[in-house]
Amino acid sequence: MAFYVVQFLTGLASAASLFLVASGLSIIFGVTRIVNFAHGAFYMIGAYIAFTLTERLSGAFGFWGGIVLAALAVALIGVIVEMVLLRRIYHAPELFQLLATFGLTLMVEDLVVLIWGPDDLVGRRAPGFKGAIDFFGQNIPSYDLFLIVLGPVVLGILWLLFQRTRWGVLVRAATQDRDMVAALGVNQKWLFTSVFAVGVFLAALGGALQIPRDAVHHAMDLRIIVEVFVVVVIGGLGSIVGAFVAAVLVSELNAFGILIFPKISIILVFLVMAVVLIVRPWGLFGKPEAAARKTPGLTVNPWRPLTSNERLMALAALIVAALLPLFAGNYLLTVGSEIAIFVIFAVSLHFLMSVGGLASFGHAAYFGLGAYGIAFLAKMAGLPMIVCLLLGPLLGCMGAAVFGFFAVQLSGVYFAMLTLAFAQIVWSIAFQWVNVTGGDNGILGLWPSSWAASPSRFYWLALGVAALVTVALRAMVFSPFGYALRATRDSGLRSEAIGIDAKRIQWTAFVIAGTTAGIGGALFAYLKGSVFPDNLGISLSVDALVMVLLGGVETVSGAVIGAIVYKALNIWLVSQTDLSKLVLGGFIMLIVVVFPKGIVGMLEMLAQRRKKASPPGSPLLAKPIESAE
Amino acid sequence: MSVAPPLLAVEGLTKSYGGIHAVRGVSFSLRAGEILALIGPNGAGKSTCFDMLNGQNMPDSGHVRLLGEEITGRKPREVWRLGVGRTFQITATFATMTVRENVQVALISHGKQLFNLFGSAPKFDRDEAGRLLELVGMSGYADRPCGELAYGDLKRLELAVALANQPKLLLMDEPTAGMAPRERVELMRLTARIAREKSIGVLFTEHDMDVVFEHADRILVLNRGTLIAEGSPADVRGNPQVQAVYLGEGLVYDSRHREGASA
Repeated sequence: MAFYVVQFLTGLASAASLFLVASGLSIIFGVTRIVNFAHGAFYMIGAYIAFTLTERLSGAFGFWGGIVLAALAVALIGVIVEMVLLRRIYHAPELFQLLATFGLTLMVEDLVVLIWGPDDLVGRRAPGFKGAIDFFGQNIPSYDLFLIVLGPVVLGILWLLFQRTRWGVLVRAATQDRDMVAALGVNQKWLFTSVFAVGVFLAALGGALQIPRDAVHHAMDLRIIVEVFVVVVIGGLGSIVGAFVAAVLVSELNAFGILIFPKISIILVFLVMAVVLIVRPWGLFGKPEAAARKTPGLTVNPWRPLTSNERLMALAALIVAALLPLFAGNYLLTVGSEIAIFVIFAVSLHFLMSVGGLASFGHAAYFGLGAYGIAFLAKMAGLPMIVCLLLGPLLGCMGAAVFGFFAVQLSGVYFAMLTLAFAQIVWSIAFQWVNVTGGDNGILGLWPSSWAASPSRFYWLALGVAALVTVALRAMVFSPFGYALRATRDSGLRSEAIGIDAKRIQWTAFVIAGTTAGIGGALFAYLKGSVFPDNLGISLSVDALVMVLLGGVETVSGAVIGAIVYKALNIWLVSQTDLSKLVLGGFIMLIVVVFPKGIVGMLEMLAQRRKKASPPGSPLLAKPIESAE
Repeated sequence: MSVAPPLLAVEGLTKSYGGIHAVRGVSFSLRAGEILALIGPNGAGKSTCFDMLNGQNMPDSGHVRLLGEEITGRKPREVWRLGVGRTFQITATFATMTVRENVQVALISHGKQLFNLFGSAPKFDRDEAGRLLELVGMSGYADRPCGELAYGDLKRLELAVALANQPKLLLMDEPTAGMAPRERVELMRLTARIAREKSIGVLFTEHDMDVVFEHADRILVLNRGTLIAEGSPADVRGNPQVQAVYLGEGLVYDSRHREGASA
């Protein structure tokens, strides 16, 4: 019995940090409507700076002072980020905001390694809370007890701040209607900045307070951000009480889940999240969101099928690509195959994102499932390659069918967070379930059959499948289903009023996109000869998003160009520098801020401008259509 | 003699929000080809009433029947399949698609081809889409992106979309709100003509009394959630209770104000 009580208390202690970070995210979202992906990064910087300060400053005052100073320093960094980056993208679609803050996260990951090195850092223990308390023969660290008290205290302070101060009243008002608050003469700029600073302070404090419990390392940002997303999805974005209750719930599920399913404890959290989403899609304490603003903005050029001239040009490009083995060496052909595979991956996400308006932040899950499907079929069942290629993607299809069903119940940022959480769950399973997946060691020795073994043959195979997939998905854009999907993206109200079951349409699109990604993953497994958990990791999901964005999210097939350019650049970059995340993160932010229409979007705009004298402007970055409600 | 059920029969429709009774026991019926206006001052419960007819909102009690079939509480998309078209107070259209594509989506849905993955949508029922656009006078705009249209044109497009499933009943929530006076007259004349030609029943809410008295066959007057009058335009115009609701409130306020001032 005592053991369970201790387990419960450990859960409560873990909830404290989680609550601090989640409440910060919620406050920022409530006012600025930005889902701050970089929140995990701020949490991590908080921990690193606190580590350095508590090492340098001595004594109890040095420790606690160091923690608070670290959080304040990170809050200052947050202010700079808000003023330099976020102010430029408040009016951009939410997808762009998520991506920009993700780019920031990537940069921070490389920066902390650059400054503090790649090794785990073990910090000081807290003065006054070094020992453990004996509880019927079980030890409870006294620091845990401190954290257990701290959580509700912070909740109380936040409550007072929001109920009793002028600033709090403004924040609550802005959470309800920020345009109205602006109309009443409140300086919105500084309100947003201060809210962002407070949110970041909470995240950094959460990170700093972790150092006596956990080692500080450079991957802690992604781990916490996924948990935080789960917490705010369960608790409801924008609700601080919800963040508290859900943080406790998730932490307790983790604490006890490890007893029930030691290998895959994360399943339990997922099940609870699924139930909450079915019963209350907007979270336990959240409010149903008003109709979301249009994500992709207005298209200047209505989409149309290719003219016969354009078809000939595409065919010519394909023939040129098919001639590559005549003059390229094996290394170039392998690069070519990889690019072709990423074209498949990118167009599958593009279909979901541009046509369906559903920006998945976890699309790699289905790519990776396709790869693992191959590994299972080839290694365990010993099936020949052609059979594997046909059946392997079905694992991606099944994953998409299960997760997609839940994901399409939501939209906008909730959809993005949920897909990310799902992908992370799949990743955790691949990572933890060592008996089946090989864990971190992956599954090795997957080689293509002789008919596809040589680099040139494999290249032709990858190129052929990529061309087929691109044409098929493009045809679907102009099929009755494609029209229906675009309809659900443009107006849910109107779709419903003309007999369209939007959720079923979107679910179907999700399954199509997931299966297609699975095809890419299947080929990827054969290209690399192995499968690793990274094949379904977050960075791969973001690669896909960047490829779509780079090509142009408003175009029909821009993702093809985006994938080619991005992947070629990426392969070259990784060969040139160790700081690829830093460069990549900066690159993502650059695209979002100055180049939001992507390559193909830019070309279309230039062509249009040549045709007409009047410039069409940039509808993506133009103010979202303010609905009159 | 067997009496055919009316196109739309509403019986004892009731809805409260918290302690506020938005709609209380509203009953009326509508014949095919009839144009019925639902009017009342702001806050009378028109929109709530309206949203309950096609499943946009759930009534607390009461019945809505379409040709005798119970449709209370059905989802909007199911009600549409039974032949009820709807336009919105604030237009809802597919902004990134062209005018013709907007109509084609409705036709695709009507033809139950929503899950057709490999057909050609641009060619889908192109002629029928053209006819519908012709009917509402939008032929010239067929290839324009819907996001570029003027508000009055969007309203006409909505009408074409609403007609795509050959509805028996059209629900139009403030069809002329936000339009210029001349556009209002044109749109309502068009609606009235189509309704008579195709024998479609039309129920609309409206603030513009000129529009109401010119086009409605019959008028329902709603005040504080209850129907206070029903009849031909002439009847309603002469009804003292209606006059009190529309003209009297200012007087009531005035007299109170004066009492307060003298006290």
